Amino acid sequence: MSKKVFEVASVVAQEQLQPGIFDLRLKTEAAQYAVPGQFLNLYPKNETKRLPRPISICGIDKENNELRLVYRVTKEGSGTQEFSSYQPGEEIKILGPLGNGFPLDEFAGKKVIVMGGGIGIPPMLGIASALKGNCVAVMGYRDKNAFLTEDFQQVGAQLILTSDDGSIGVRGNVIDGAKEHQLKADVIFACGPTPMLRGIKTYAKEENMECYISLEERMACGIGACLGCVCQSKDVDNHSKVHNKRVCKDGPVFLAEEVDL
Amino acid sequence: MASLKVNFAGVEFQNPITTASGTFGSGMEYSEFVDLNKLGAVTTKGVADHPWPGNPTPRVAEVKGGMLNAIGLQNPGIDTFIERDLPFLQKFDTKVIVNVCGHSEDEYLNVVRRLAKDDVKDMVNLLEINISCPNVKEGGISFGTNPKGVEEITKAIKKEAVQPVVMKLSPNVTSITEIAKAAEAGGADGVSLINTITGMKIDIERQSFVLANKTGGMSGPGVHPVAVRMVYEVANAVSIPIIGMGGVETAEDAIEMMLAGATMVSVGTANFYNPYATTEVVDGLEAYLNRKNINDVKNIIGAVR
Repeated sequence: MSKKVFEVASVVAQEQLQPGIFDLRLKTEAAQYAVPGQFLNLYPKNETKRLPRPISICGIDKENNELRLVYRVTKEGSGTQEFSSYQPGEEIKILGPLGNGFPLDEFAGKKVIVMGGGIGIPPMLGIASALKGNCVAVMGYRDKNAFLTEDFQQVGAQLILTSDDGSIGVRGNVIDGAKEHQLKADVIFACGPTPMLRGIKTYAKEENMECYISLEERMACGIGACLGCVCQSKDVDNHSKVHNKRVCKDGPVFLAEEVDL
Repeated sequence: MASLKVNFAGVEFQNPITTASGTFGSGMEYSEFVDLNKLGAVTTKGVADHPWPGNPTPRVAEVKGGMLNAIGLQNPGIDTFIERDLPFLQKFDTKVIVNVCGHSEDEYLNVVRRLAKDDVKDMVNLLEINISCPNVKEGGISFGTNPKGVEEITKAIKKEAVQPVVMKLSPNVTSITEIAKAAEAGGADGVSLINTITGMKIDIERQSFVLANKTGGMSGPGVHPVAVRMVYEVANAVSIPIIGMGGVETAEDAIEMMLAGATMVSVGTANFYNPYATTEVVDGLEAYLNRKNINDVKNIIGAVR
């Protein structure tokens, strides 16, 4: 169990990467304990938006005590829109790091495909970076408004792009991209919308690859107490004693085979 | 230094602050942040006689003034609770209030009887009986909305319980005082209120319900004035003590509850946005008493008439 901090972090920098997609760097002690695949709870200042916003960690800089979060503004007047207005020096309450990361050590030296779709892409940059670029990164975008592509190249990952409308990379989703390039590996690490993860789970099974996926669910506490964010587990879970696992505490990363999507 | 000790149904608590059932698990997760030794009691998540899977997701939604939840009383069942959660809580210098849920009278009684057995009875200081959950189809609120039913189930539980029994009341009734009187008539040692207020949120883009359960219980600061009013009314209607809850996020909110007539106060939804909410309320309560030169917290219970 990694240590968690509840503190006031400060904004180091923020820039817009694409319409609605923001890149936020926070100075926070949580950087010292974070591993790729974990997330952070951010608390809006707007008192009508009391629940924390769980946002995945995109980059960890322990030396400078910084975490990088790339997130999407969900809509007008939302908590994420508030975050997007923050300038350097702004203070923000955070809790984290939360949840468990991908089992990177277990697959050290193995062939890895990382897959990300939409706002599931940022945490996968953290994974590609932790793997020192020793992976194929298949990233799926809606259209040509891609983001973080240079970052994936910078960490040395072999990058394959896909887009729903075919404006960049392979037309279709990340599975179409993997098929087109006839990718083979020992394991897939993935994050993205549930239909995509469902497809990846099936694809990995067909291709005899192990598969770990990072799930998203509406949360309240973020630490495993409220049972708001459960997913269905194949077997009876040891903590809940039913077919439920807590996304925030037992996940967000799960072996694909152990959850029903 | 003001005394924070309160006596609730014959049990002495080091201070009046506890947790609202369902917002704090059995304390394990929050113990990474909060020193549980500082709480008057930990009130556990509702426990039934067998594991319950709860409702489909989404189970939670944010609303102005708080949130809606429709967890559906997911719980691992009494056996796991006794094996894992109760021993964990024994490590702390705090009292334990076990919240009990069931689909039927028998299911409630199975839990109450199990907690009456010699191996565990001293690990539990109070029972809080959830007859007011709006999110389960059978049991829960269906027991808590008519006075006759409340009196009967209270009687049945009192017959089997070795710990004092607190009936947790629903605000989703025409007259909460009638329900409180029924609990008192059934022999309850106390009442706790309010459970959540049934609400609904609609996603206007998808034109569908936000919660899979369609409705959910509203909690958070928006329900606080409703809760204060109900605590006040119930305090004037019955002579058994009250655990007040509903939107308490600061010491000021807890003090209001006590002035309205609550002997103890639970902090619930606030835990989700401030993991330290419980102990901050304890500290703030003490500071208030010292500032007002009140030497005993008991002096503020029901002080506003």
